[in-house]
Amino acid sequence: MFVQTFPITRGDFDTAGEASSKIKNMLKKLGISPRIVREVAITAYEMELNLVIHSLGGELKLEVRPKSIELTAKDNGPGIEDIKLALKEGYSTASESVRNMGFGAGMGLPNVVRHCHNFHIESELNKGTLIIAGYSLDEKED
Amino acid sequence: MKVSEVARILNAKILCCEHRLHEEVTSAFGADMMSDVLAFMNEHTLLLTGLVNPHVIRTAEMLELRAIVFVRGKEVPEEILERAKEQEIVLLATDKTLYTSCGLLYATGLPECRRK
Repeated sequence: MFVQTFPITRGDFDTAGEASSKIKNMLKKLGISPRIVREVAITAYEMELNLVIHSLGGELKLEVRPKSIELTAKDNGPGIEDIKLALKEGYSTASESVRNMGFGAGMGLPNVVRHCHNFHIESELNKGTLIIAGYSLDEKED
Repeated sequence: MKVSEVARILNAKILCCEHRLHEEVTSAFGADMMSDVLAFMNEHTLLLTGLVNPHVIRTAEMLELRAIVFVRGKEVPEEILERAKEQEIVLLATDKTLYTSCGLLYATGLPECRRK
């Protein structure tokens, strides 16, 4: 099993995307199919951006097993008030400055759901959020 | 449609990665919100945008896009060019607006990107 954890800093837009870029390159080197690499990269990027934009800081973890890949985003708060609403396309609590950078269209979490095989989310206000996106490597690959 | 043909139709300047002008794009998407780009596009899509910042290249890297058109005559800083070169993404720049650029490409038969 291959595991790597990347600490993500709140509001650090200069390095936002670096962890996802590393994840993408690691998966390529491990010989994962290009289709899965692309899906995981998109998910990782959305998760990383969410941590930068919305969390107080946290980490993004990649786990690669023989038959599955798991991405975990874990943060130290502030927690999501209404998960159902956060999963709705177009709903966003991002600031104007974040929107000016091209983010905060309310597509992040729905996009994570769309680009993974299994999705899990749990969140507690003032504690934090845990999001897991899983991929099965069992499928016939292109 | 080849990226070189896109450049011709939009009378666009080729900013980098000229050696990849032969790449094919099968659809196009115009947006300034990278969140929407991540939701809608696939690797064979041409991105047209008026947003000029490093996150555009990072987004393109994740999606494995082949080419980006910067519209409305935006200046593209060296930092962005360098990042695009690393990823071998063709960058084009046109003085035309997003609306006109999309319209011209659409008229030649390049369809919109359909969400998966």
